[in-house]
Amino acid sequence: MNRRVLRRWVSNAMVGLMIAAVVTAVLPLLFILLDLLLKGAGSLSFDFFTRMPVPAGETGGGVAHAIVGTLIIVGIASLIGLPLGIGAGIFCAEYPGNRLATTTRFVADVMNGTPSIVVGVFAWALIVTRTKQFSALAGSCALAMLMVPMVMRTTEELVKLVPHSLREAALALGYSRWRTSLAIVLRTALPGIVTGSLLAVARVAGETAPLLFTALGSQFMNFNVTEPMAALPLTVFNYAIGPYEEWHQLAWATALVLILVVLVLSIAARLATRRRFGING
Amino acid sequence: MTTVAAPETAAPEREPASLEGSRVGDRLFKGLLTAAALAVPVLMGFLVYELYTGAKIAMVRYGLGFIWGSTWDPVAEQFGALPLIVGTLLSSFLALCIAVPLSLGVAIYLTEFAPRAVRQPVAFVIELLAAIPSVVYGLWGIFVLIPVLKKFVFPFLRDTLGFLPFFQGPIYGPSMLAASIILAIMIMPFIMSVSREVLLAVPGSQREAALALGATRWEAVTSAILPYARSGIIGAVILGLGRALGETMAVTMLIGNRNEISASLFAPGYTMAAVIANEFTEAVGDLHLASLAYVAFLLFAVTVIVNGGARLLIWRVGGQRAAGGRGA
Amino acid sequence: MAEPAAHLATDKLTAMYGKFTAVKNVSLEFRVNTVNALIGPSGCGKSTFLRALNRMHELSEGGWITGQVLLGGEDIYARKVSPMQLRRRIGMVFQKPTPFPTMSIYDNVAAGLRINGSHPRGGLDAVVEQSLRRAALWDEVKDRLKTSAIALSGGQQQRLCIARTIAPRPEVVLLDEPTASLDPASTQRIEELVFELKRDFTIVIVTHNMQQAARVSDTTSFFYMGNMVETGPTRQIFTAPKQEQTEAYITGRFG
Repeated sequence: MNRRVLRRWVSNAMVGLMIAAVVTAVLPLLFILLDLLLKGAGSLSFDFFTRMPVPAGETGGGVAHAIVGTLIIVGIASLIGLPLGIGAGIFCAEYPGNRLATTTRFVADVMNGTPSIVVGVFAWALIVTRTKQFSALAGSCALAMLMVPMVMRTTEELVKLVPHSLREAALALGYSRWRTSLAIVLRTALPGIVTGSLLAVARVAGETAPLLFTALGSQFMNFNVTEPMAALPLTVFNYAIGPYEEWHQLAWATALVLILVVLVLSIAARLATRRRFGING
Repeated sequence: MTTVAAPETAAPEREPASLEGSRVGDRLFKGLLTAAALAVPVLMGFLVYELYTGAKIAMVRYGLGFIWGSTWDPVAEQFGALPLIVGTLLSSFLALCIAVPLSLGVAIYLTEFAPRAVRQPVAFVIELLAAIPSVVYGLWGIFVLIPVLKKFVFPFLRDTLGFLPFFQGPIYGPSMLAASIILAIMIMPFIMSVSREVLLAVPGSQREAALALGATRWEAVTSAILPYARSGIIGAVILGLGRALGETMAVTMLIGNRNEISASLFAPGYTMAAVIANEFTEAVGDLHLASLAYVAFLLFAVTVIVNGGARLLIWRVGGQRAAGGRGA
Repeated sequence: MAEPAAHLATDKLTAMYGKFTAVKNVSLEFRVNTVNALIGPSGCGKSTFLRALNRMHELSEGGWITGQVLLGGEDIYARKVSPMQLRRRIGMVFQKPTPFPTMSIYDNVAAGLRINGSHPRGGLDAVVEQSLRRAALWDEVKDRLKTSAIALSGGQQQRLCIARTIAPRPEVVLLDEPTASLDPASTQRIEELVFELKRDFTIVIVTHNMQQAARVSDTTSFFYMGNMVETGPTRQIFTAPKQEQTEAYITGRFG
């Protein structure tokens, strides 16, 4: 065979293989979403969102306790993690040469790569052993620790993107440094920071491992953060590995709810970057 | 010429202004920011400290021999991490074997060959894969993937490749191979997106030079672009490895949670992350707990080293920013 | 114009970046309600000198000075002086128009006023309108004050920046090559503006465009390689310069 034709053939074959790779990569996503819908949507009802779980073996009941639990745990985690992460990000962007900034940046990268179960063990050791009980608060702290490096990196990059000339204009007008940072720099970078924050929240809302021995999970509705609390990912896990067929059904439905929460947050995150006044106009 | 209006009387008078002012606001602001920035290394320091003190009993008891201890028996109070380490490494390695060719194929396709209209949507879809929580992957794995594997794929593999010890033995369903497959699906988006960034950073002149010399498009990729991007891609792969090592939920739901080392990939296995997830809340005795903390400590150390290495490699290839976490 | 604006002067001002001396030993006086041009080839130190006048120079990497800058007789580099307060009395317009992108036209102009303390609402509207009128921008934007400032053209944005700078009524306005990035039509409008503004402000303008200096300024100072070579009434500098270097520059033999 002509050598040139062979080479051409190889090139096309490789492209074919690559397209096959794309299809293989995309297929699981389609299947997962499809299965979630098919297997989970059937169990979604008003009751599902508002009722509590029923004793094993019975049908019906819902995951209201887990929805509330996720809201509380993730909410508190955001209250702790977002200000810390954003503050640290601003610091590293405004004082880049500072030794603390380089250290923090490096440590944040290490934190980003730390498995979430290790963070869970840390929160357990730090809080659960000392307070002698499992608590939603410990879970929130674990989640917050996951959020901080994520939010810090995106904030830092966005603040760095704000043109130096804007800062100068504000300073020349008589703005103090802190006012310049808040009213001008932060405000300009805000859409991106909101996006980064929402994405971090979405990511953390789906985490199970850090909650396994901090918030522990619960079968009951609980508003007390110093006690164990249910959460959507924990509920999915417990129902999935449980022995009852009804539980497996519920696992699918709960997973569907969880995915919806994560998706809604992710989409809201992208929408935030399309605000009226931004760097991009 | 534009006429400029004369100043109106509504304008405020210029006050005699002093030049003095306080800098309290600035100091307070910087202080708050510094505190936030300090929190990061301080927290990390606490993490290492707590892991260490939690694991102390086991460290004192076993020392480094823990890594080679091959028995993990909570009942007999004998703890060795070897099966766990082997399981972790094996599952991650298998996952890489599956995920890397796929991810690279997709990344190369998206940067070099795909029609423009297709690039963004496909990249977006793959990003969505990364947003799916681990426990949902596990759920799907248990009820969809494993039945399919058990019914079709595993028997097929046993029939065709059964001469290899890897594909012999009884088929239960939950297994090392099943966990590796789900791991592969989970790390694929990360390897793909980092590889894509790395490939996009390769100057177009490289490809053009190769094409000008008469190479086919595929040859341009292999001869000009991949070598240039090589260290960055290796970095992406190692980053994927780092993620696979720490993945907990999906693995523990699919791997069978049996701590023995077996040649068969159809056999159940165990990983460091899975054992912590499974046994922590029901740990019997202080030594058990400390051993689990020791495992956590080891897992932490391994991921730090692997991720550190990955970042160094990625930085080296035309990347102005190191790929850090999931950014916006 | 009733109130006397402050007299701005420098005394042996030397400005450095680390070890590099950009401005050497310059003593200049800027009289009330005059337009003073600083001219010279690129890199001669005129912009550095300007930025030392409102303490923006020290914000640059390694920027520091020796000598004095006196506003109404007061040393602006004294320890007790807050640079922030100083910059409310000496305003600056930059070469590249920099409207605050997240604010409307109205809020941009009001920005300097809002940090000074409260102003009655009616008063703020009036000041904003007046500033925009003086910047020759009012007619073009009066119907869209609340819209985004970055939707304006380059020339309009620069006039907006001028309105923003003069709204808080500083005593001195520094202009650093304000028309360098603008088209000829916008340049002309801003030159007219500068000429009018001297009624209320003392103006120091850096320009690389000699014709511009000749058109708008009362006094001109020629900088070369960090030194202030010659200063005097504009007409004199351009028709009968005393220094050879000045003449060489003016006649276009270099720079």
